[in-house]
Amino acid sequence: MSDVPALPRIRVRQWPAWLKLPVLVGIAIIAFWIVACLTIDLWPIYDPIDMVGRRLQPPSADHWFGTDALGRDVLSRTLHGARFSLMMSCAVIVCAVLIGSAIGAVAGYVGGIVDGALMRLVDITLSFPPILLAMAVTAAMGPGLENAALAMVIVWWPVYARLMRGQVLSIRSREHVEAATAAGAGHARTLVKHILPLSWSPILINATMDFGQVVLLTASLSFIGLGASPPTPEWGSMISEGAIHFYQWWICSGPGIAILSVVLGFNFLGDGLRDLLDPRSK
Amino acid sequence: MSAPLLEVNDLTIAFGALEVVRDVNLSLADGKTLGLVGESGCGKSVTMLAIMGLLPDQVRVSGSIKLKGEELLGRPQSALTALRGKRMAMIFQDPMTSLNPVMTVGEQLGEAIAIHNRGMARGDRQERALALLRLVAIPFPDRRLLQYPHELSGGMRQRVMIAIAMANDPELLIADEPTTALDVTVQAQIMELLQRLQAERQMGLMLISHDLGVVGDIADEVAIMYAGRICERGSVDAVFDSPHHPYTHGLLASLPQIDRTIDKLVAIPGSLPSLSARPAGCRFHPRCVHAQDICRRAEPELRRVASGAIAACHFAETAVASLRAASPA
Repeated sequence: MSDVPALPRIRVRQWPAWLKLPVLVGIAIIAFWIVACLTIDLWPIYDPIDMVGRRLQPPSADHWFGTDALGRDVLSRTLHGARFSLMMSCAVIVCAVLIGSAIGAVAGYVGGIVDGALMRLVDITLSFPPILLAMAVTAAMGPGLENAALAMVIVWWPVYARLMRGQVLSIRSREHVEAATAAGAGHARTLVKHILPLSWSPILINATMDFGQVVLLTASLSFIGLGASPPTPEWGSMISEGAIHFYQWWICSGPGIAILSVVLGFNFLGDGLRDLLDPRSK
Repeated sequence: MSAPLLEVNDLTIAFGALEVVRDVNLSLADGKTLGLVGESGCGKSVTMLAIMGLLPDQVRVSGSIKLKGEELLGRPQSALTALRGKRMAMIFQDPMTSLNPVMTVGEQLGEAIAIHNRGMARGDRQERALALLRLVAIPFPDRRLLQYPHELSGGMRQRVMIAIAMANDPELLIADEPTTALDVTVQAQIMELLQRLQAERQMGLMLISHDLGVVGDIADEVAIMYAGRICERGSVDAVFDSPHHPYTHGLLASLPQIDRTIDKLVAIPGSLPSLSARPAGCRFHPRCVHAQDICRRAEPELRRVASGAIAACHFAETAVASLRAASPA
C-alpha cells in the first residue's frame, strides 16, 4: 500500500464559528464610534458648541438630525458626545476591572478572614441598586464627569471582584498549581504566573458586556444633572435638555440612537467573545 | 555513617478528627529507590504531600521528617519553598493537568530553573532547558521548547514533568504514580527513564504506586500501606519472595502471572475501610481469612520477621504459610 500517493493538502480557511452576523454588526458599530472618537475634529460638521442655525429645527438637509433649543446641530453634538461618553466608560471599566480583579484575586488566593472581609464588602456594595449608589456618591462629592466616573468605579468593582475570586478559587485547586508549588514557586509567582493567566476570559467577556451598561449609567447620571455640566455635548445631558422640548423629538433621538447603538454593539461583541472564549456556553 | 537522605519517623497526619496516616516510618538512602505501595485511599499520597510540605495548614502533622538529618516538620513555608524544586522535587500522577496550559514548555522549564537560580541570564536558562529536554530523551527538543502542553502526547508531557523536576538536580525525587495515566507501552519507557536518571544522578527516588509489578522491578526497598499504616516494610526481595503479612500476600497473589493459566483472577475480599470507620484491632482483620480473636482486639505492632522485613501481624510467622498451604499459588 506504500505506493498510494499522498493526498495534496488543501488548506481551507474556515470562517471562524464565533464571527456571526450580530458579532460583525457589533464590531462595525464599535469601530465606527472608535473612529469617530479619534477623528471627530477632522469631520466636515458644525461646531458642537456654536449656535449654527435657528432654534428647534426638524431634520433637514442642512441639519440632518435637526437643531436643539439653542440652535446647535444635534448630529455634531451627538458625534462629539462620543468622546465624553466612550472615553469615560472606558476609563471606568478599566479601573473597575483592575481594582476589582486585584481584590478578588487576593481574596480567592488568601482565603480565610481576608476573603470573608473583602467579600462582605462586595456584598454590601452590590446590595445597593447601582444607580442609587452612583447617585449618592456623586451627590456627596459634587456633580461633574470625574466624580461620576469615580462613583461608577465604586459601583462596578465588586462585580469583577466576585468573578475573579470564583475563577481563582477554581483554578487554585488545579494540579498544575500544586505542581508549581512543588517546584518551589512562591505565592506571588503562583498567583501571577499560574492562576491569573487562566482566569481572565470571563472577566474580559463581562467587561465587554458591561461597557454598554456603563455608557447607559453615565448618561443616566448626566440626565439627572449629576454628570456632565450643560455646554458639554454629553449624551445624557443632551437627552435631558431634549426632554424639555418633548414634541421636538429629534433632539433626544440623536443621542438616544447613539446610546442604543453603543449598548447593542458591545452586547453583540460580548456574546461573540463568550462563544470564542468560553467553551461551556456552547 | 551519615544521615540517610530521607527519614520519616512516627508520621501521623490528621484532618480534624480523622486520622488519615498513623505512625509511618520510612527511610531512604542516597541513590536508592523506595516503593510505597497501597490501595487508593490508604494514605500514600498524603504521606508524600506531608514530606513535600504541601498539606494545608489546618492539617495536623506530627512525628518527624528529616532530609539529610535536617528536620522539615515545623519549618516555615518560606524555608520549605526554598527546598522544594531544589533539593526535593516531585512528579505528579496526571501529566495532562499538571502542566500550565497557557505557558510553553520552554517557559515552564525556564521558570523551574529561574526560581532557584535568580539572575541567571535568559540565554543560559534556555540552554539549560534544552539540555533538560535532551536529558529526558524527548524527540526534537528545540521544537518542544516553543510548544504548549496540549501539543504534546501524554508520554511527552510526563517527560516534560520529569525534566522540570530534574531542573535543579534534586537529591530526592518523589514520583506519585507517575505512570498511572499513561499507556502501558509509555509506562515502561517512563519507568526506564526514571531508573536511568536515578542511576546517573545518584538521587533517592520515592516511587508511589499501586502497581506491585513496577515497584518489584525498580525499587530496592518497599513499604506496603494499608488504611493509613504500614503493614509490611523491607527489601523488595524479602517482601516479595516471602511476604509475612496476609495483605501483602493477598496483593501478590492477585497479580496475574504471564506464564501461568488461571481460571479466575484472585482478589482480596472486601474493600478498604472508610476513614471514619476503621475497624478496631488490626485494621485488616475484616478482610483477613486468618483473623482470630486477638486481631479484633489488639492492633499489632511492626516487628521483625524471618525474611528480614518487618510486618505488623499477630500471626506473621504462621498466617501466610497457612494461606499458601490452603491455596497453592
